[in-house]
Amino acid sequence: MSQDVAEHDDTTDRAPARRSSRGLTSIEALALLLVFGLTARPGLAALFANELAQAWVARFVAVMVQATPFLVGGTVLSAAIAAFVPADFFSRAVPKRTALAVPVAGLSGAVLPGCECASVPVAGALVRRGVAPAAAFTFMLASPAINPVVVVSTFVAFPGQPEMVAARFTASLCAAIAIGWLWAKLGRTEWLRLPAHRHHEDGKWAAFWSGVRHDFIQAGGYLVIGAAIAATLNTLVPETWLAVVADDPVLGVLALAVLAVLVSICSESDAFVAASLTQFSPTAKLAFMVVGPFVDIKLAAMHAGTFGRGFAARFTPAVFAVALCAAVVMGVVWL
Amino acid sequence: MRRDAQAVVLLLLGGGLIRLVVTGDYLNYVKPYAFWLVLPAGIILVAVAAVTSWESWKGRGEAHGECHPDGHDRPKVAWLLLAPVVGMLLVAPDALGSFEAQRTGTAVGAEENRSTYPELPDDVDPVPLTLLDYAARAVFDEGRTLEGHRIQLRGFILYNGDEPQLARMIVACCAADARPVKIGFDGGAPADLEPDQWVEVVGVYSPEQGRDEINGELVPYIEVESVTNISSPDNEYQ
Repeated sequence: MSQDVAEHDDTTDRAPARRSSRGLTSIEALALLLVFGLTARPGLAALFANELAQAWVARFVAVMVQATPFLVGGTVLSAAIAAFVPADFFSRAVPKRTALAVPVAGLSGAVLPGCECASVPVAGALVRRGVAPAAAFTFMLASPAINPVVVVSTFVAFPGQPEMVAARFTASLCAAIAIGWLWAKLGRTEWLRLPAHRHHEDGKWAAFWSGVRHDFIQAGGYLVIGAAIAATLNTLVPETWLAVVADDPVLGVLALAVLAVLVSICSESDAFVAASLTQFSPTAKLAFMVVGPFVDIKLAAMHAGTFGRGFAARFTPAVFAVALCAAVVMGVVWL
Repeated sequence: MRRDAQAVVLLLLGGGLIRLVVTGDYLNYVKPYAFWLVLPAGIILVAVAAVTSWESWKGRGEAHGECHPDGHDRPKVAWLLLAPVVGMLLVAPDALGSFEAQRTGTAVGAEENRSTYPELPDDVDPVPLTLLDYAARAVFDEGRTLEGHRIQLRGFILYNGDEPQLARMIVACCAADARPVKIGFDGGAPADLEPDQWVEVVGVYSPEQGRDEINGELVPYIEVESVTNISSPDNEYQ
C-alpha cells in the first residue's frame, strides 16, 4: 500500500515537467486539428466528393454508429462491476476444486458483462486473490465472449438467425472451458509473472468514470480499425475477388479467423462487422466472432503485460486453435 | 493522448451521435430502431466527457493516470476516434444509392428459402409491395401470387449499361451490409430517367427475367404502366 502511495507522488511530481518539455501537448495538437478541419471543410468535402469515397465513408460511419451504443453499454457495465463489486466476491463465489471451478467460471461469464480489455486485468486480480488460474482464464475468455451485451448485439446483428446467437454462445463457452481444463492439466505457474496491483485512491465513482473513459477510448480506437477494414472489404475490394476466398469453405473460415486476430475489435461490436461481411459463409462469420474475443493482437499484448511474455507466447496460439476448432465444429453442426 | 484531449474527443463523438439522431441523418446509416440506442449512447459519452474534463480541470488528472501496468491510460489509439467524427460531421455522406447498387450483386438470393407467399389483397389496386417481396415472389414462386394484380413499387433508378433498372438497398443490420435488390423494366420506361432519382412504378408481373452479371442471380422484370418521380423517403433502406 505504501508503495502505491509512493508511486502516486512520483507521477504527480513528474507530470508537469513532462508536459512542458514535450512542446506540443495533445490538447494543443487536437485544437490545431479541429481548426484545420473546420477551415479545410470545403476541401475535405471535395476530397470525399468522389462516389467511391462517399460510399466508403457511409459504410464506415454505419458500423461505428451501430456498434458504439453497444460498446458504451459494455464499458459502462464492466466499469461498474470493476468499481463497485468487492474483489473478494469472486474468490468466495468460485468453488475450490479446479475441475469444478472452470465450468462455474465459464458460466459466470454469461452473467457478468465485461469488455475483453477489462476482463484481462480482472483475471489478473482474480489470480492474485487466490482463484485457480485455470478458472480465472476461463472467466477471462468467457466473460467478453458470451455476456448479455454480446448476446443481444449478436441477436441484433443477425436478425432472424437465432441459431447464430446459440452457436456463438455454445462455441465460445465450450472453448473457454476447454482452455481452462487444458491449463489445469498442462499449465505451469512459473509461466506466470504478475505485476503488483495498484489501487484507485479517489473512491469508487472516480474509478467508475475513469474505467468507462479508458475502456471506451481503448476499445473504440480498435473498433475504428475494424470498421475501416469492413468498409474497405465492402467497397474497395471487387465482389468477384472476395468471392474467390469467401466461396471456398476452408479458405473463408481461415481468412475471417485471421482477420479477427488482426483487427482486434471489441466483442460488443464485432457481430456488426461480421454481419457486414455478407459474402462469407455463416461458419466463417462464426469463426470471426468466436476467435475475436479470445485472441487478437491487442489481447496478446495485454496478456503479455498482465501475465508475462512466456505465458502469452504459449497461451495465444493454444487459444486460437481451440477457438477455431470450436467454431468450425459448431458451424458444421448447427449452421 | 492526454486526459483533457480525450474529453474533447468523447464530446465530439457523443455530440456527433446526438446530432445524427436530432437531424434524422442516422437513417442514412442504421435502421430506425437504432434511435433508442444511439441517443442514450451519445448522452453517456457527453457525460463521460464532462466528468473527465471536470476532473482534469480540478488538477487531479495526472494523479491517477497509471492505472494499468503498461501505462496505456494515455492510449494512442484514441486519435483514431477522430475518424468517425470527421465522417459524421464533416463528410456526412448520403445514404448509399445507385453507385453502390451498380457495383453490387442483387440480394434476392437471401429470400430463397422463404416458405410462404401469402395471397395479395383483391380490394387494393395497385398493391404496394417492397422490391424484395416482388423479386422473391417473381423469382422463387414464378410470379404465381403476382398474376392478376397491378403492383406498385418504389425505389431509385440505376443503370446497368444503358438499361435503366429499379433498385432499393436492403439492410440487415446497418448500412455496411447494404445490398441492392434490382428489378428490370419490361417496355415503356421513360428514357430520361436520372440515376438515383426515386420513382413510383405501377405495373403488372412480367415473366421476363435477366441475370445480374456481378453474382449471377436472377433479376425479375415488371411490365410498366407508369413511372412517376417522387422525392426520396426518409429511410431509403429496407
